[in-house]
Amino acid sequence: MSKQILSPLPGTFYSKPAPDQPAFKKVGDTVAVGDVIGLIEVMKSFHEVAADQAGTITAFIADDEEPVMAGQALIELA
Amino acid sequence: MAIQKLLIANRGEIAVRIIRAAQELGIATVQVHSAADADSLAVKMADEAVNIGPPMASKSYLNIANILKAAADTGADAVHPGYGFLAENADFADAVEAAGLIWVGPKGSAIRVMGDKVAARVAAQSAGVPVVPGSDGRIDDPDQARALALKIGFPVMIKAAAGGGGRGIRIAQDIEEFDRLLPQASAEAKAAFGDGGLYMEKVIERARHIEVQILGDGTDVIHCFERECSLQRRRQKVWEEAPSAALPQAMREKLCASAVALAKAVQYRGAGTLEYLYDDASGAFYFIEMNTRIQVEHPVTEMITGIDLLREMLRIAGGQPLRYKQADVRLNGHAIEVRICAEDPAQGFKPGPGTISTLKVPGGPGVRFDTLLYQGYTVPPFYDSLLGKLIVWDETRAQAIARMARALGELEVGGLPTTKPLHQALARDAEVQAGKFHTRWLEPWLDQNADRLGEEA
Repeated sequence: MSKQILSPLPGTFYSKPAPDQPAFKKVGDTVAVGDVIGLIEVMKSFHEVAADQAGTITAFIADDEEPVMAGQALIELA
Repeated sequence: MAIQKLLIANRGEIAVRIIRAAQELGIATVQVHSAADADSLAVKMADEAVNIGPPMASKSYLNIANILKAAADTGADAVHPGYGFLAENADFADAVEAAGLIWVGPKGSAIRVMGDKVAARVAAQSAGVPVVPGSDGRIDDPDQARALALKIGFPVMIKAAAGGGGRGIRIAQDIEEFDRLLPQASAEAKAAFGDGGLYMEKVIERARHIEVQILGDGTDVIHCFERECSLQRRRQKVWEEAPSAALPQAMREKLCASAVALAKAVQYRGAGTLEYLYDDASGAFYFIEMNTRIQVEHPVTEMITGIDLLREMLRIAGGQPLRYKQADVRLNGHAIEVRICAEDPAQGFKPGPGTISTLKVPGGPGVRFDTLLYQGYTVPPFYDSLLGKLIVWDETRAQAIARMARALGELEVGGLPTTKPLHQALARDAEVQAGKFHTRWLEPWLDQNADRLGEEA
């Protein structure tokens, strides 16, 4: 069964540290526990999303700049 | 021409405030909103509502084309920008007027002059208004900047000419730090604001933040006295008062007269605020910047003068001359506003959006609550954390603080954390009660009182 990394907070998901910078991770990258995979903006404050599982990214479920709910899947891992 | 139908290009409590003012003047209202704000109080109160895009502000509340289209589709003849978002965007002001609509605010040209920190400083100096010792304009030559820093004395603040809201500011304690920070500041300003221009100011230690409310009709300008907003966290105002407890009457008159002189010099139209630093040790005041819009803390001025600033903005924009002469504006009593935000002061002010499970609003004499809340409303995570502003008026400052404590005790917002416990602790604090604070008072106080900022049992 595939593993997912969930958003810990409601807000806006960002896959990049800044609009003009490359994404934290892309499909095919390996992820270790604790790696930052994106940011969630909540009420104008930014929170890093750290991976709570390890694996290889098979898909981004949330796109860059997409509004997300707490508990919503952001990334799928194999 | 008087406004018939007003489009509100904002959200939250200020949108509600603008709709109320419009309704009292018989003006129809159009509330534009993002997909995340379809259930907002402002949308429910307005005569019409138009969805202008997805939750992200850059795709909705900052989307000029969609806002102008909403105005055309609904037949609105005026736009009120509120505060934040596009309120100080001169290009938006010009675009609104180019579309044949009334812009509720000063001319784009006045926004440009006062929005550029360097141009505003030059305008202040030529109107005879004291400014903080610093560079006379933009500094482009590093050697010249260095010489000037040594001359004005450390600590020195390096600011982005195009910055604002506390962003783009660095403080150098000595010349070594200055040499290190200057190139960084320029690169950061270029990246953040598209303009690497900098200017410098001496840091005034232990200053108070005092600001003057003005109203202009393009010809005449009056002031509505001052507000003091020295209690700040991360350069964001937390607790605001009118009048300032620190200002002797003669100084008040000088300060307010200087604000009128500067606003007249730019033929100011609408409501505006001139911000100053006031050094109560020396009695010196220095102009720092002008906000060319209505401000969050405007209600304290309304409470001490009896003037409805939002209604006056709409009347002025509709072409009426000022209805008040300076002598008509009287300062009566004392008002305090606290910002109730969806943040947990016991957990480092962590933001907490959520659904309002209970709401009990304080009442009684001299109490006002300007809010975007209603029971069952879900506060979205996409915008700032301001839920409402609790404002009290009373005859004296001491009595106003007692009334604030009483009103905070009545306020109940369930379902998410709020900053209410912070304000309760502040209202009980001896130094707050004595009015002994400055702009750097609150942050160390928060560190020392962290254990007292939880919700009371």
